Amino acid sequence: MKKVWGGVLIVLILTVFVWGAEAQTLSEAFKGKIYDVGILKATDSRLKVKAGSHAPDFTLPAVSGGKVKLSQYRGKKNVVISFVPAAWTPVCSDQWPGYNITKDIFDRHDAVLLGITVDNIPTLFAWTGEMGELWFPVLSDFWPHGKTASRYGVLRSDGTSERALFVIDKKGIIRYIDVHDINKRPSLEVLVRELDKLGE
Amino acid sequence: MNRILMNVLVLMVCGLLWIVPVQAAKSPPKVGEILPDFSMAVPGESADRSYLGLSRGGSFKIPQIRARVVILEVFSMYCPFCQKEAPNVNRLYQLIEENPNLRGKIKLIGIGAGNSSYEVNVFKTRYGIPFPLFPDMEYSIHALLGSVRTPYFIAARINSDGTHQVIYSKLGAFESAESFLRLIIKSAGL
Repeated sequence: MKKVWGGVLIVLILTVFVWGAEAQTLSEAFKGKIYDVGILKATDSRLKVKAGSHAPDFTLPAVSGGKVKLSQYRGKKNVVISFVPAAWTPVCSDQWPGYNITKDIFDRHDAVLLGITVDNIPTLFAWTGEMGELWFPVLSDFWPHGKTASRYGVLRSDGTSERALFVIDKKGIIRYIDVHDINKRPSLEVLVRELDKLGE
Repeated sequence: MNRILMNVLVLMVCGLLWIVPVQAAKSPPKVGEILPDFSMAVPGESADRSYLGLSRGGSFKIPQIRARVVILEVFSMYCPFCQKEAPNVNRLYQLIEENPNLRGKIKLIGIGAGNSSYEVNVFKTRYGIPFPLFPDMEYSIHALLGSVRTPYFIAARINSDGTHQVIYSKLGAFESAESFLRLIIKSAGL
């Protein structure tokens, strides 16, 4: 009897989970170009860093050309790293365009934003081109595949990264980590609240 | 243990009954149909309340807006097309407000699909949106409107007897504010 109730319960939980996760909108900008990945396991990795620790340094190629090294901002700017799982997928395609109209918020907090995926440069070039001109660097963690994501502990078992945010202060210390449910977009106001704390 | 499971099950079923109506629409409302039944909180800003002809507090439904036609834009601050379209929509608002024959008769509102109040305000501030925007953080209105892509425009004619009909329902940016307004005026019989 217990098994029957347990089974019914699991089915109901899954039903609610699937229905809830369906609630996404997508910009017409990406019509017909987005691959529907379905509902994924919320998180699928184990963090290797924690708030209060030094952010591992990395150097990654940028879509706009050249390379970006995390430590180049040390002592100069706060840094927000936004890992998104993959180009041409739902949610990811409607996350950075929002950040693209909030440059003033990042400026106000003396912060830069670094967008990172495990896609290669040509893919990122085509994908971010659909978003309009982005003010922040978009970096490719393609090769060695997902090395930076792995160092932070946000590389998923399928080779994509988590949808994760790291707020790093000017001393290079991680002040906030949000490894978000991959199926959902992180709240902007939560990020802004964490940026506010940097000035405290 | 069985009792606990039973209680959880009852709660889950109640939850599902609550969720089901929100998931209702498989497609957006078509021309000639009526809007799905949903309410929104009356805006806190007095200018917005005045624009919509609503009194303070509580909630309202679209047909309660004091207007002959209500144009509703489903948008998201995260949507690049909505960002690009924002100046055009502002232009539409200006054209209406500057025309004494249209001012007060055609009203605009925006519904931010999946957007919090904070995110809606970011969009409003960034683009200087002069008309009321409403958050739809949980996508509940978005679901009732057929989970449309954004931007999506719906116009409804409000009749004097309180009934209404959808007169425009279309995905994507409109060609120009002028031509869109002409189409709405013609469709509404203004």
